Amino acid sequence: MNAPNLDVLASPKGGEVRAEGGLGRAIGRAFTANRLAVLGVGLIVVIVAFCFLGPLLYHTDQVYTNLTAANLPPSAAHPLGTDYLGYDELGRLMAGGQSSIEVGLAAAVMASAIGVAWGALAGYFGGVVDAVMMRIVDIVLSIPGLFILLFVATIIPPTLGTMIAIIALFAWLIPARLVRGEVLSLRSREYVQAVRVMGGRGGRIMLRHLIPNAIGVIVVQATFQVADAILIFAVLSYLGFGLSSPAASWGEMLSSGTPYLYDDYWWLIYPPGVAILLIVLAFNFVGDALRDALDVRLRQT
Amino acid sequence: MGELLDIKNLRTDIQQRRSVVHAVDGVSLTLGEGQILGLVGESGSGKTMTGMSIVRLLPPGGHIVGGSITLAGRELTALDDEAMRRVRGNEIGVVFQDPMTSLNPTMTIGNQIAEAVQGNRGAARERAAETLDLVGMPRARERLDNYPHQLSGGMRQRVMIAMALASDPKLLIADEPTTALDATIQEQILDLLESLRARLGMGILLITHDLAVISRYADQVAVMYAGRIVETGPTGPVLRRMRHRYTEALMAAVPRRDQDAGIDLYSIPGLPPDLSDPPAGCRFHPRCLFSQDDCGATDPPLVTVAPGHQHACLHPVTYTAGSTLKLTERASDGRRVIDARAVPLVEVRDLVKEYPVTAGLLQRRVGAVSAVAGVSFTLTPGETFGLVGESGCGKSTLGRALVALEKPTSGSIIFAGHDITAMPAGELRRIRRDLQLMFQDPYASLDPRMRVGAILREPLAIQRIGSRRDQDRRVGELLEEVGLRPSAAQSYPHEFSGGQRQRIGLARALALEPKLVVADEPVSALDVSIQAQILNLMRELRERLGLSYVIISHDLAVVRYMADRIGVMYLGKLVEIGPATDVSDHPAHPYTEALLRAVPDLTSAGRATPATNGASPARPAVRGELPSAINPPSGCRFRTRCPRAQELCAEVEPPLRPFGPHHLAACHFPLRAPLPVEAGLHAPASPGT
Repeated sequence: MNAPNLDVLASPKGGEVRAEGGLGRAIGRAFTANRLAVLGVGLIVVIVAFCFLGPLLYHTDQVYTNLTAANLPPSAAHPLGTDYLGYDELGRLMAGGQSSIEVGLAAAVMASAIGVAWGALAGYFGGVVDAVMMRIVDIVLSIPGLFILLFVATIIPPTLGTMIAIIALFAWLIPARLVRGEVLSLRSREYVQAVRVMGGRGGRIMLRHLIPNAIGVIVVQATFQVADAILIFAVLSYLGFGLSSPAASWGEMLSSGTPYLYDDYWWLIYPPGVAILLIVLAFNFVGDALRDALDVRLRQT
Repeated sequence: MGELLDIKNLRTDIQQRRSVVHAVDGVSLTLGEGQILGLVGESGSGKTMTGMSIVRLLPPGGHIVGGSITLAGRELTALDDEAMRRVRGNEIGVVFQDPMTSLNPTMTIGNQIAEAVQGNRGAARERAAETLDLVGMPRARERLDNYPHQLSGGMRQRVMIAMALASDPKLLIADEPTTALDATIQEQILDLLESLRARLGMGILLITHDLAVISRYADQVAVMYAGRIVETGPTGPVLRRMRHRYTEALMAAVPRRDQDAGIDLYSIPGLPPDLSDPPAGCRFHPRCLFSQDDCGATDPPLVTVAPGHQHACLHPVTYTAGSTLKLTERASDGRRVIDARAVPLVEVRDLVKEYPVTAGLLQRRVGAVSAVAGVSFTLTPGETFGLVGESGCGKSTLGRALVALEKPTSGSIIFAGHDITAMPAGELRRIRRDLQLMFQDPYASLDPRMRVGAILREPLAIQRIGSRRDQDRRVGELLEEVGLRPSAAQSYPHEFSGGQRQRIGLARALALEPKLVVADEPVSALDVSIQAQILNLMRELRERLGLSYVIISHDLAVVRYMADRIGVMYLGKLVEIGPATDVSDHPAHPYTEALLRAVPDLTSAGRATPATNGASPARPAVRGELPSAINPPSGCRFRTRCPRAQELCAEVEPPLRPFGPHHLAACHFPLRAPLPVEAGLHAPASPGT
């Protein structure tokens, strides 16, 4: 790296010891050194490509049912067979993956956004504001989440948008707590005081200093949230509160395959099950590795 | 006499991911029984690694790769880990720097000391009480059941020493034992160590960065630079007639008590080398003013100049004309004559800051910590005011109030005619341009996620000064002003060394062209050679920009060197204030005197025989420690520790009385007679003059 020459007062050679490359580089190095992380990223790339690029190469009809072709075992025409409505299982796996990944990512982004804003405000203001805001979080956390999710899901018609909103509604609590803790410790840092001395307002302190410095925690948490959201979406779909047919999701595929569990229709169960397992595992690997990589930075500074 | 500790050609490496750091590279030392050997060097010089190699407590990746360590005739490097563990438990005691993190907070101190003792429980407890008593812990037996958090920093350090002593070691390794402590406590602890070595006849390896501490306490000294010993010998000759150029430069970089403020401190250029790839030849030659061609080519051997006095320099100090360091002299000493009629820039009136102490479920207010208790003083434009005192005396709180970071409980701070304690937020925001703060910790004061350019532009952006282009130009100017290259704007803070970061912090404080810069311990986190660079820079900028500084520091020598006027604080009160030279040369308040005496100083280096100068009977140590600020003592707050205290002190709070031009002190029984009231000129503390 072409490190800027940092010599002060014509510092002689051998003087500068700190040109260790950028922060990003160190984190990147630590991340790529972790085999599971690379595996996780690879899995995510493969699954995303399979779900979103697959249908371009492998055309199937996922709208009209064809009961004459129901529950066919894998064959040349249907590599993973067909389900009880005659949909091609492989094509359905792709379509279901699309909705699962979309819901997972969108819910995680939304939950993180709400959580970061909530946690940052509570942590920054502290005192009564903090106490009230965090007690709200505690209260919501104390209610069994699945129960409320099911309750809300029965009231609101299930679409992709409402599924995302419902899942995010409960997922923001954890990032809110995390960010609040982080901000609480960051706000007493000297560089934050320096901004106050310059006359900087709370908004600048929060947006330019507190949140950027908490970004590591936020990103790690968001990664885990994607995995969680995909799981919750699968659970809701499995219980029948997910998207309505003909829209597909992995959870719904599992659920519709369950009645045939004892008929040895394995192609209805294993593909969506394995898909859920792999994507959740992949995001968890990435999250773990990110956390370790950011720790490297903490150890250095 | 057989040496207690004999280290020969010790080499210790630390394996890192992509390189090997040669932390200790051929060090030889000897330490006799009952002696104190001072091992001195800057951070990264390998002094701690040398100490930790002896007890084999090295960081991950560290291991001894060569040389021998002999303790009382026994080779330590050949021992296996189990045998080494027994040596650590029985023959060598170690005292670490931070007494809070070195003690287990969940165990009573009695149990922790007893743990270090072999034998049955009862005997161990008895021994614990005995050692606690030995290290001067008052009511030692009762203290056995205390937990570390119930003790003050100084007492915790005594516990650490007691643990190290519990098994009667032959050798005590004290690694920066007093760096985290206040001056008066540091003195108590070091005096204790000194008396212990005489009573117990053990050898002490005193590892420190502080040359002044070495000069007062060590019999022998070894100066380390970049993993090697560059000069070693009896303390007096080494510090007074040093031969190595590094020792010379180091000594010239430390402000002394009698430092002529007209002479710049010597600042060693550059930074210590990277020990994974040290420079060839003499390791100091890239930073040495006297280096010649052969310095980079030949590795200088240790040369003996007098019995026991060795150095490794090809062109040593010869004490002939022109061979010593030439220091830049300034036209004037930069001190301002205090002009009583000048319109004050800042006027602090009866400033009080209390923090409520709450308890119970309902957070009921049960008391208050009195951080600043009625402080008044004025500051004229262009003046440098030094604020000294021990930690917890309220000096930082006062500094933060001056830049309106802290809202005082009562009293006022008039800046340029406006009271900044009672000012609408919008107006205060504008006036902040003139009041800036420079922080202590160069690592925590810069946002790690911002480039230096953005850090320096931020104050301009906040105050909406100039266009983006103007701001960028200003950033370039600021970097140049503090001695950094313009390209530094593109880098992140972590790419810079501590001293360079402190320069960036100073540049940021100057961005808004303030009238007053409050510098809170600006150099206490820096190494000696870097500290001199920053102090010289601050002096230079003061002259060029007409700044006023308030310099807050625990280091009297630094404050005396920088300031026109000094204020001494004790437990929230300003106990003495006056011209810098007057206060430090002729203090009136016993606390000021105690503070001055407690800090070892290089001025006397080697003057007395080193073995006795530590315990000179003329030095009445301040007793005890800073009382709690929750219930400060009545009357004079210093009375509980004052050797001159009488009944009156507990009853009546002493007023500030004049002791010379602009020199005030608050004491009933001062060290010299106060001026008669009418001759006391004006009293700067009283408002309305």
